[in-house]
Amino acid sequence: MSTLLTQAAHQLPEAVRKLDPRHLWRSPVMFLVLLGSVATTVAAIGDPSVFTVSIAAWLWLTVLFGNLAEAVAEGRGKAQAASLRAARTDTVARLLGDDGTETEVAATQLEVGDRVVVEAGDVVPGDGDIVDGIASVDESAITGESAPVIREAGGDRSAVTGGTRVLSDRIVVRITAAAGETFLDKMIALVEGTSRRRTPNEIALSILLASLTLVFLAAVATLAPMATYAGAPQDLVVLVALLVCLIPTTIGALLSAIGIAGMDRLVRVNVLAMSGRAVEAAGDVSTLLLDKTGTITYGNRQASRFVAAPGVSDAELRDTARLASLADQTPEGRSVVDLALAQGADDRDLPGDAVFVEFTAQTRMSGVDLADGTQVRKGAGSAIGGWLGHEPQEVRDTVDAIAREGGTPLVIGRKDAGDPGGTGTVLGVIQLKDVVKEGMAERFAELRSMGIRTVMITGDNALTAQAIAAEAGVDDFLAEATPEDKMAYIQKEQEGGRLVAMTGDGTNDAPALAAADVGVAMNSGTAAAKEAGNMVDLDSDPTKLIDIVEIGKQLLITRGALTTFSIANDVAKYFAIIPAMFVAAYPSLDRLNVMGLATPQSAILSAVIFNALVIVALIPLALRGVRFRAASATAVLRRNILVFGLGGLVVPFVGIKLIDLLVSTLPGMN
Amino acid sequence: MTDTLGGLVTIALLIVLLAAAYVPLGDYMARVFTSTRHLRVERGVYRLTGVDPDAEQGARSYATSVVGFSLVGIVGLMALLVGQAALPMDRGLPGMPWWMSFNTAVSFVTNTNWQSYAGESTLGFTAQMAGLAVQNFLSAAVGMAIAVALIRGFVRARSGTLGNFWVDLTRATLRILLPLSVVAALLLLAGGVVQSFADTTVQTLAGHPQVLTGGPVASQEAIKELGNNGGGFFNANSAHPFENPTALTNFLEVFLILVLPVALTRTLGTMLGHRRQGVAVLGVMTILWSVSLAVTTWAEVGAHSAAGRAAGAAMEGKETRFGEWASALFAVATTGTSTGAVNASHDSLTPAGGGTVLVNMMLGEIVPGGVGAGIYGILVMAILAVFVAGLMVGRTPELLGKKISARQMTYVALYTLTTPALVLVGTGTAIARSDTAEAMGNPGGHGFSEVLYAYTSAANNNGSAFGGLTVTSDFLQITLALAMLLGRLVPIVLVLLLAGSLAEQGKVPATAGTLPTHTPLFVGMLVGVIVIMTGLTYFPALALGPIAEALA
Repeated sequence: MSTLLTQAAHQLPEAVRKLDPRHLWRSPVMFLVLLGSVATTVAAIGDPSVFTVSIAAWLWLTVLFGNLAEAVAEGRGKAQAASLRAARTDTVARLLGDDGTETEVAATQLEVGDRVVVEAGDVVPGDGDIVDGIASVDESAITGESAPVIREAGGDRSAVTGGTRVLSDRIVVRITAAAGETFLDKMIALVEGTSRRRTPNEIALSILLASLTLVFLAAVATLAPMATYAGAPQDLVVLVALLVCLIPTTIGALLSAIGIAGMDRLVRVNVLAMSGRAVEAAGDVSTLLLDKTGTITYGNRQASRFVAAPGVSDAELRDTARLASLADQTPEGRSVVDLALAQGADDRDLPGDAVFVEFTAQTRMSGVDLADGTQVRKGAGSAIGGWLGHEPQEVRDTVDAIAREGGTPLVIGRKDAGDPGGTGTVLGVIQLKDVVKEGMAERFAELRSMGIRTVMITGDNALTAQAIAAEAGVDDFLAEATPEDKMAYIQKEQEGGRLVAMTGDGTNDAPALAAADVGVAMNSGTAAAKEAGNMVDLDSDPTKLIDIVEIGKQLLITRGALTTFSIANDVAKYFAIIPAMFVAAYPSLDRLNVMGLATPQSAILSAVIFNALVIVALIPLALRGVRFRAASATAVLRRNILVFGLGGLVVPFVGIKLIDLLVSTLPGMN
Repeated sequence: MTDTLGGLVTIALLIVLLAAAYVPLGDYMARVFTSTRHLRVERGVYRLTGVDPDAEQGARSYATSVVGFSLVGIVGLMALLVGQAALPMDRGLPGMPWWMSFNTAVSFVTNTNWQSYAGESTLGFTAQMAGLAVQNFLSAAVGMAIAVALIRGFVRARSGTLGNFWVDLTRATLRILLPLSVVAALLLLAGGVVQSFADTTVQTLAGHPQVLTGGPVASQEAIKELGNNGGGFFNANSAHPFENPTALTNFLEVFLILVLPVALTRTLGTMLGHRRQGVAVLGVMTILWSVSLAVTTWAEVGAHSAAGRAAGAAMEGKETRFGEWASALFAVATTGTSTGAVNASHDSLTPAGGGTVLVNMMLGEIVPGGVGAGIYGILVMAILAVFVAGLMVGRTPELLGKKISARQMTYVALYTLTTPALVLVGTGTAIARSDTAEAMGNPGGHGFSEVLYAYTSAANNNGSAFGGLTVTSDFLQITLALAMLLGRLVPIVLVLLLAGSLAEQGKVPATAGTLPTHTPLFVGMLVGVIVIMTGLTYFPALALGPIAEALA
């Protein structure tokens, strides 16, 4: 809160600058308040009194508070843009000629297709794909993540971003974006809000607000002759005060701040949306396509079970499997050791004279040769069978069963020291399987309660996919998925009227990313993928899709809630102002003064002050967004109607009364 | 039986009969508008008029047909009224003055039936039957056609068309309004409503001869109530013993007023393939109607006015044959629908009662609304409610599988703007003129209510008069006619454009994230939106009229 106050104080000059009618014209509601401020000021100069001057002053403050909300929202982005700009220093690029010669040119003069050399310590001069070499890159300027990442030519990790720094090695980069249109440029424009366009939903809401404004304008304008007929002609100042209190100033003042803050929340979770439209679409998504690996499961498979061959004890299989894996530093190997320990194996180190036998594509086995001549091996069933020359039927059945369930079977075999020419023993099978990340099932259940289906995309066969899908609790899966399959799935969903969101990083994901309503490209992915999607996740964390959906929903909820609050507020303002205007002509109307406001002047001024202050009070909510909890639409609506509808009815009665208690002590209020 | 018991039994019986008609009539109407077969008589009509009944119309074409049909209707009716002296059975009456005939023609074509003349002393039988009665049928049929076109907008997906206006119009007239009117007319006739072409001369007690005007009243009375028209054959409307002789005919007339608007909510549910949606819409109407009836009855029966307290009952301006209970019921039914027939003088209702029937019209004729107009009116309000509610659940708002985006909101915003603007600007302009005060029947707040009521009734196409106000000045004739015309055609065109934009969309499947619009929660929300929107729009004006009076 105190930081918000600091920000507000800091942005005050900007808020004053925004009083420019050419700026306010974009919001008809606030423009009308501006006109009202001018009109009441003129009237107050002609007939100065505490009442008229106060009304004029508070109307100016109303406009100013709205501007302040927008300025504070924009200010947050500007700070970020400044730090991004720092990364875009005047870089010198080493342009690589066709003959292999290097020439130094300014980064701003690079054209698409140029090839540049970047070595350890250099800043990458522009966006591009690595065509040669491998390097570790510090991307903290963009992602804020200090750990360096590996980028290499070919494949889906080939993209580098201008403004990042190469830490080791030498790469050749082919430039893919012209100066001024780089990712960094786009990002700066986005967080600054300079390229912000009003989103479809915001436009629809603006239309509603404009029509409400017109209705109230008609009501107040025609009230003038009606009041004259009633023998109670009204001053312009009073009529303007009534109009400003009635038109939806609360939401009108905060609307653009809500939009800017929504984009800002995305930036804070390190997602860049290329358009506000995409953020809104995220709230509407009803199908999420999620890659299995890395999103739903950990990236690698882990040992989950030992199945001993006939005549072999569980303990023997466990200990041998551990032995075979002790020197194996792959995640799979380590998971075998962990499982064996968990099942009670001794925590002994490998004898110092043992020899590690690495996995090769030829043998398709790995293991250990002990000094006494004992050999243990771990590998695919067929590889161990080939090595030993035999494989028991029971083991073969177990292998098939595990494969059918979607696991990966590894067979353990041993040739004993005393029997070098013998056929050895098949000890049993280790089951490796994908491990579903913790908490995923709960998150999917949450999504389901919000009406969002999750679909798992995997290259696994249907059996494997089904087993993992069941465990993770996704609603559907797409097995052995090719890019074409993904595309077809998206189109099928969209034909049914559903909005689809997906993540992707590879070039072959690009068409699907472009087709999806919300396509989130991983920052680590290729330039093509980033170009095709409408959002980029700087952390390259596919689970973030779920956060994006929530931010999209929150944006709409905040707008709806403040609109409801704004309209509900009017009821109390009528009860304050109408009796004040007409109590002289129709004393019976004093019975509408349910708040017992002191005098007509104090009642009207109190309503105007409340109207202005409520904008300030709601700035934090507009910036933070209404809290979103996953629940069914009916439950969410019930809660929000209660808080913002009913609250909007009641709060102003209390607020106006309290303000009146203060205001009525002013001189000239009767 | 006490008045209270009698009143309550009447209301209960009315509800039972409406409930009995709900399913069969509602489903019958749904079949009428979805059937692919044409009756022989209809094929004859299409051949005569050169209409291809199987050609579909898009929104623009449908709207052009409606507007063209209405304008031609106005010109034709004006010709009949101005030139009635040349027509047979003119009863020797002269032609209507120009502005009065313009006002009357607009009034009957727009289903308003605002009457700035006295029927028995102004119009001959031919003008009544060939002019006004024909428009009574057609204007009600137009309302149904618009409602059906909007429903089709929700039902159809990726379609450029909304049906055929001429077919909808013909079917609504021939298959629904005409047969029901015949039955209703016979019942009214049996109940004592007159039907003749002769005047009767009687000797009064004082010995003077008095001519009692007869006429084809029963046949006109049936469609007057059934089609929510409300234009009386006689100046006294349903307070006249020839139009409404007994408590039984009074009950029948209230039933006729309500039966089509109520049953059309079933038609809505059936055509949508979502019956509970129809019930929810009826629920919204019922809640508002019940509150309105309770307040009006409380105000009238309890005699909550200075004069009423003095007399012990608020009987001024009411028919002694019916009493306060039946007057309150009739007043609520006639203003909640777009009927405008009256069996008591609304000018004489207590301030609270008169204010409530005024608010009934301000709600936008949706409790339960005019024939067809109630359906499209409440669906537009539902879109408004769903827009705000939809935002509050975090999705682009959608109603019945259709997304509500900027284009739809534009039509809805203009729709909700039109009537209030006409009412407020009309009243404001009229009240600013010095000659308006002279036309008022009362000074002060009550006089203001008379003017406000007139423009509210006209712009909402209700047609009932508060009374008191003399509305024959050129200014009032013309501005009220414009309020009626714009209050009818502008919303209709907007509804059709809205329907067209909905039909073009695909259908969004419902998920747990979709806001259901048939639940009590949404019904409550819709009631709230309607009440708050109406209240905010009209509160200042109401405060200077009925509220100031009622609190005095």
